[in-house]
Amino acid sequence: MSDAVVPRKAEAGAPRTGFQQPGWLRRAAASDLFYSFRRSKLTMLAAFVTLLFFLAAIFASVLAVQNPFDPAQLQLMNSRIPPLWTADGQSPYLLGTDEQGRDVLSAILYGLRISLAVGVLGVLLSGTIGIVLGLVAGYVGGAIDSLIMRIADVQLTFPAILIALLVNGVVKSVFGNRLDAMSMLGVLVIAIGLSFWVQYARTVRGSVLVEKNKDYVAAAQLIGLPAPVIMLRHVLPNAIGPVLVIATINLALAIITEATLSFLGVGLPDTMPSLGTLIRIGNNYLFSGEWWIVAFPGFALAALILSINLLGDWLREALNPKLR
Amino acid sequence: MLAFILRRAIQAIGVMVVVGVVAFSMFRFAGDPVNQMVSIDTSAAERARIRDQLGLNDPVLVQFSRYFVNAAQFKFGTSYQFRQPVADLLAERLPATLELATCATMLAMVFGILLGVHSALRRDSLLAKVFQAISLVGISLPTFLIGILLIYLFAVVLGWLPSFGRGQVVRIGWWTTGLLTLSGLKALIMPSITLGLFQMTLIMRLVQAEMLEVLRTDYIRFARARGLTTRAIHFGHALRNTLVPVITVAGLQFGSVIAFSIITETVFQWPGMGLLFVQAVQNVDIPIMAAYLMMVSLIFVTINLLVDILYTVVDPRLRSTISRPA
Amino acid sequence: MSEPVLSVRNLEVEFANRHRTLRAVDGVSLDIEKGEVLGVVGESGAGKSVTGLAVIGLIDPPGRISGGEIRLAGLRIDDLPPEEIRKVRGKRIGMIFQDPLTSLNPLYRIGDQLVETMRTHLNLSEGAARKRAIALLAEVGIPAPDKRIDGYPHQFSGGMRQRVVIALAICAEPELIIADEPTTALDVSVQAQIIALIKRLGRDHGTAVMLVTHDMGVIAETCDRVAVMYSGRIAEIGPVQDVVRNPLHPYAKGLMGAIPTLAGDTHRLVQIPGAMPRLSAIPPGCAFNPRCGFVFDRCRVERPEPKPQGSQIVACHLYDSSVRNSAA
Repeated sequence: MSDAVVPRKAEAGAPRTGFQQPGWLRRAAASDLFYSFRRSKLTMLAAFVTLLFFLAAIFASVLAVQNPFDPAQLQLMNSRIPPLWTADGQSPYLLGTDEQGRDVLSAILYGLRISLAVGVLGVLLSGTIGIVLGLVAGYVGGAIDSLIMRIADVQLTFPAILIALLVNGVVKSVFGNRLDAMSMLGVLVIAIGLSFWVQYARTVRGSVLVEKNKDYVAAAQLIGLPAPVIMLRHVLPNAIGPVLVIATINLALAIITEATLSFLGVGLPDTMPSLGTLIRIGNNYLFSGEWWIVAFPGFALAALILSINLLGDWLREALNPKLR
Repeated sequence: MLAFILRRAIQAIGVMVVVGVVAFSMFRFAGDPVNQMVSIDTSAAERARIRDQLGLNDPVLVQFSRYFVNAAQFKFGTSYQFRQPVADLLAERLPATLELATCATMLAMVFGILLGVHSALRRDSLLAKVFQAISLVGISLPTFLIGILLIYLFAVVLGWLPSFGRGQVVRIGWWTTGLLTLSGLKALIMPSITLGLFQMTLIMRLVQAEMLEVLRTDYIRFARARGLTTRAIHFGHALRNTLVPVITVAGLQFGSVIAFSIITETVFQWPGMGLLFVQAVQNVDIPIMAAYLMMVSLIFVTINLLVDILYTVVDPRLRSTISRPA
Repeated sequence: MSEPVLSVRNLEVEFANRHRTLRAVDGVSLDIEKGEVLGVVGESGAGKSVTGLAVIGLIDPPGRISGGEIRLAGLRIDDLPPEEIRKVRGKRIGMIFQDPLTSLNPLYRIGDQLVETMRTHLNLSEGAARKRAIALLAEVGIPAPDKRIDGYPHQFSGGMRQRVVIALAICAEPELIIADEPTTALDVSVQAQIIALIKRLGRDHGTAVMLVTHDMGVIAETCDRVAVMYSGRIAEIGPVQDVVRNPLHPYAKGLMGAIPTLAGDTHRLVQIPGAMPRLSAIPPGCAFNPRCGFVFDRCRVERPEPKPQGSQIVACHLYDSSVRNSAA
């Protein structure tokens, strides 16, 4: 009999109060209509550009004229060709080639794939760590809560890039300095995951504390649902809105962090370059006049991050009526 | 108030202990320190001797306290790459980093506050919209890209400013400064802008948001009802209340300025602690990494404490313990 | 007869958003004489506070004064340029807000806030202003004013802070004080003291007072005349004894019925059924018609104009000579 209470609540998802309602997506979509046309247009453009980047990354192997990872396809004869529209440009190298004869556009497409992969995986990892720790801290409370939140406080005083660098250095020292490219990718994901979990944990914990004492949670406890089920099915949906906002903004941050690490020479190696690696390589040719080797990867990175940030800004405002 | 500061000081020591544990664990457990110090053909007996000499056979707790006592005296061991005491390496690089970070923070504070106040008071003006757009771009552009862009513009194309290094420095005691020579000052410009831009946009956004919030409060409405001049309301009452939270954030930001200087120093080959640290990470030079972590934490913690003290100076509510007489 | 200190004629205040324009104050007229205390009473949202803010020129966009005029001692002030109306605020009109806990800037000593206000409006030296500030604090009943002047707002209790707010409102000797719910946020025990203080200051300085409140008890105790507002309009205005003893407008009757009397009236407390309409849904005709026990057809179509009825002015069709069916 009493079973019926909970599924019904689960359908409703959440109590009526609070701004993350079950229909938040619908409501956000509706409230978005109030936005000035221009603002929406900017957001639409950002969404379009982001989508374009993702598609380009997914279909990189189809779109690129060569596989920049395959040394057999690179010819030193074709190195340092300027972009197509300049006097010395050569087909098919639309954006020119680098010092190894690598087509810059192809390298960007493949680099984009790696940057996005590290970013998305990093966000998934940090989100998982943060959400689990936040749920546990808020739901269990007591000493465990204090411990987790203390660690979060201490970590928050240190910028993520520093933590990512340290994690990176420690992992390399444990496994030796000669990690292959795929392992380096894993190291970067772990470094980013461990650098960005705090915000999720704080947000989730906050909404757990709000929801914990509500009647429907008490009802779920009464009928003997196990704690993880209550947390995941009843408490977590209330935090989805803010978590989504954090995840979007953190995707941009994760991509920046990966690019920065690779730029600093502690990220992905030249054999499997991300956008950051490409910029580091290109930076060496800035003074000899081969600006295109650094300019286009840099531009791609900036456009990608700007688009994601715009989406994040829009999401934050659409999901939080208080900001308007 | 004294109790408040004391509590914060104890917290700060707590943070330092935690950081010390992390630094020690890195030093002790991340790879074998002995392997890093010897060549391949060193005999096992020799290795054991070094191991004993380093005290690596003592109980972990003893090792930790020894490490911590040494660290408290700025003895961080010997760098694997340079075969020099880490403390000397850091001391040599400290002035460069501090000068850069201070310059960048001042730049960020001054312009961030000015632009933030302007965009709060003239929200719909063209200039405010331009600032808003710049701030969005400033937050979206990774630091190293800004640096590269500046180098390309001002060093490669225009040739006005040096693209790397600190220029001519003057030695005062153990401190080296680039502030006293023209080439030193010129070398400081681009790194400061690169490093300060992100903080500036952050402070600008914060000041704007806080100021708009403050302008909506009852005491501002009451100040207007008392017929105070717009100037007195905006720059006296509103700005002062706005700056209370801004001080905290700006203070805390000084910490991340130091961390971000890792990137800026790499782009501009600025001979500071950050560059040293990046080279240490590249070469897995654990003693430098651990020492850098401790040094930066110490700077962070000290600044946080100073910010707390400054806070009590600015906000009288925290200064006195006299609450409302019932 | 001399010019009233404040004269408001057909005041209209509108708030516009993207979709529509709401009229928060709709054709309000009232006068306040020198030394007189006018109570403005009504439910929240009736437009009383907005009327007060309009008088002192603090209606912020998207709100605006869309019609009528406001005169201060004969001088029209509703159309003054911002800098001119600023000089009127604080100098000729003082204002007291509802919540003393948030009305004072927490980062400034109360003495500095007083000195700053006085020196903005009066030609005083720093020292003279400070002396006057101490005298003012004494006048509003703050003990040991020479010490407390250097205190910060958080060091004062709610009642004491409201006294400081009052001192700030009167420090440039204004001709008119607008007190917007000055006691609502205070403890009951302090309320009477603050009301007594406002009344005494008004009498001693000959200041006109506009006292905005929803508390009929405060009105009965303090005011000379009272204006009853409903949905942005004045329902009834008149001398306080007459309006309290013999309210004419059905809404005023309901309000007065809501104060228990000591005389032990046999009347039962009257309740007004329903709630005041939202600004977006004011019915045509008399705004009160859906809740009125005496409603008839005309009330639903024609808006009643304020008309004198004895010492009172009432906006109700019941008192129109052509209908006159005694309901009182």
